[in-house]
Amino acid sequence: MIGLGRARPPRIEGILPWLAAGSVALSLLMLAGLLSLLAVRGMGHFWPAPLTLVTLDDGRQLAGQAVREERLPDAAGRERLYLTANRDLDGAIWTWVDLEVIAEESRPRDLVVVERTRWGTFQGRLLALENDEGRVEGEAAWMALQAHLEELAVLRAERDRLRDDVVVPLVKRLARDPRAESELARASARIHELQARITGGSLLLESVDGRRLEQPLEQVLRAWRPNAMSPPAKMAAWSHGVWRFLAEGPRAANSAGGVWPAIFGTVLMVLLMSVVVTPFGVLAGIYLNEVAHQGRLTHLVRIAVRNLAGVPSIVYGVFGLGVFVYGIGGSLDEWFFADRLPSPTFGTGGLLWASLTLALLTLPVVIVATEEGLARVPDNQREGALALGATRVEMLTRVVLPMTAPAMLTGVILAVARAAGEVAPLMLVGVAKLAPQVPVDGEFPFIHLERKFMHLGYHIYDVAFHGDDVQAALPLVYATALLLVLVILVLNLTAIFLRHHLRARHGALPRR
Amino acid sequence: MSVFSSPRPVAGGPIIDFNPADCCLEIERLSLAYGETSALRELTLRVPRHRVTAFIGPSGCGKSTLLRALNRLHDLNDDVRLSGRIRLEGQDIHDPEVEVAELRRRVGMVFQAPNPFPMSIYDNVAFGLRLQGGIRKRQLDDIVEWALRSSALWDEVKDRLKSSAWALSGGQQQRLVIARTLAVRPEVLLLDEPASALDPISTLKIEELIRNLKSQLTLVLVTHNMQQAARVSDYTAFLQEGELVEYGTTDTLFTNPRLARTENYITGRMA
Repeated sequence: MIGLGRARPPRIEGILPWLAAGSVALSLLMLAGLLSLLAVRGMGHFWPAPLTLVTLDDGRQLAGQAVREERLPDAAGRERLYLTANRDLDGAIWTWVDLEVIAEESRPRDLVVVERTRWGTFQGRLLALENDEGRVEGEAAWMALQAHLEELAVLRAERDRLRDDVVVPLVKRLARDPRAESELARASARIHELQARITGGSLLLESVDGRRLEQPLEQVLRAWRPNAMSPPAKMAAWSHGVWRFLAEGPRAANSAGGVWPAIFGTVLMVLLMSVVVTPFGVLAGIYLNEVAHQGRLTHLVRIAVRNLAGVPSIVYGVFGLGVFVYGIGGSLDEWFFADRLPSPTFGTGGLLWASLTLALLTLPVVIVATEEGLARVPDNQREGALALGATRVEMLTRVVLPMTAPAMLTGVILAVARAAGEVAPLMLVGVAKLAPQVPVDGEFPFIHLERKFMHLGYHIYDVAFHGDDVQAALPLVYATALLLVLVILVLNLTAIFLRHHLRARHGALPRR
Repeated sequence: MSVFSSPRPVAGGPIIDFNPADCCLEIERLSLAYGETSALRELTLRVPRHRVTAFIGPSGCGKSTLLRALNRLHDLNDDVRLSGRIRLEGQDIHDPEVEVAELRRRVGMVFQAPNPFPMSIYDNVAFGLRLQGGIRKRQLDDIVEWALRSSALWDEVKDRLKSSAWALSGGQQQRLVIARTLAVRPEVLLLDEPASALDPISTLKIEELIRNLKSQLTLVLVTHNMQQAARVSDYTAFLQEGELVEYGTTDTLFTNPRLARTENYITGRMA
């Protein structure tokens, strides 16, 4: 029986198919390599890595996570880099150890890692815990620490919720609402009370080489014993770490903590940009292809639009800064926000101006995609509609545009992919190094278009180059880069899904 | 090189001088040019009501151009220059008072390649009616059924009105397009080589449909298939190089043409 299927073109002989297939394979390989590098380096950061207790020939000891090995400069041997943490004790968190001088390596189960709000993490042993209930030592101290940290987490969550959802809005209402004062006083009292309960207690810690440290408990965020954890426990800790990375705000000048405000800022800005660019681009495409007289001027405009797509993005940033921020924003401030001058409201970079700048940047993409979609609608469809008594507008809205919708969405997909990855223009028109408050909240007008925002792309740049320890920031850079790719992927998948849905409803256009 | 130079209304062959009361369309000294290229020259012709009139002629003779002029589809092309007069039921279709959308509703058109819209069968037929608006769902259902029955498609599609029109066969699509056009109740139906892209059986169905429809409206058929013109039309006009060569009842034109040019074309002696 002869199977039914698509007729295959005759095989091309010679080296060409190999070259072509090889290029595809190479591209795929590089893409897979990029993604796996990001995934392994980035996501590996959240895995509770084992702590090695290293004893050197001269008897000194250190506890650290092996990071990588390198050849010694004179090629005499190899040395290994350990993350030893304890910045407050050592003044650094990295230690290079010559492999030759390592006498013994072990992984004692009692080594503990303590994550703190100051000085980074601590690695060593827990000797005792002291709080208002008394002092406990040894294994009991570990149990007490776990219980205490859980309690602390609850208290901190309530304090932060009170501060963000109650106190901040109250302070803003203070000027016009007399009742706010008493409410504010009550909330402040409660916060003070919580703060008092958070404060107090300390840990007695000891590094593996015997230096002791008194650690106030309020600065401790988490503690774990990586060598004593079972794989499921590590898995749970890993997912918790990833979740905190996604859901929390950054700490310690972006070198720790999560990236939630940056995710939110990126997505919100891209969505705003799509909302602006889609109608403009589609209308411009319709005008150029359907309305305008197809003469020399239209041809010139078309060429100009295509060339706009090639203008470097930083140029758009300069344009946005000059026209949107200083021009329009400055005027808006003079007209509507004069009472706040000289501190600018719209006259400085912000979400709105960034979205508009990126909309301008991606406008050519949408116009070109729309035009190509319109050109693909066969003339007999248009004539069919006209011959039934449709006006040109009815022909456009009822027959041509529904058939072009998938092509327009393709344009939006390309625009989103381009916009989400742009960083250069944003530096000029509104991205911020740190803006822990997301630009959407419960306060009128809910979306604060004038606020500065964080962006994953800029966050990568900032973490990679503006931290004091690039080595420590590197895993976060990888993780954030992976996240940026994923965010773009999700945005695109949404649009692709929508396009597929439209195609199913309106039928696919014949391929040109 | 034409022996019978225009603008004589009798361009050689007998122009049937229908009583104006029996005429649906009157074409008077119609000339049309695409840019510098002349497509129709001083063409005068009357199309009788409730009959099938066929335009035949070699490729590029202007028969499709003439047909498209009848419902002003040339309006879309800026390069087209047109002079002369076309009257529909006595009214000049280029009169500023005439609304072009309304004219096209009255003069429906079916094209060479089936062009159903990418919607359901039902929505295709209802398309023109919905444009007019103000029609209730029940009424719409009735008209859709009537139009599909008129185009002999109802029995084949009545169980899948909601499925895509693009899933129909070519012949069914062309009948659907005819149904879609009939649904707006045109007075004239222009058919531009409606069966040239179809298989023989579908072609026969379309031809039968054309014969049946003339009781309701006036049909103008462009075809390069002379057997088809002979089978379905009452009157035939032979065009060549943008001029009307001969026009007469189909029987006369095919069995006893007055001019040698016509005879040469019909008998296939012309290159």
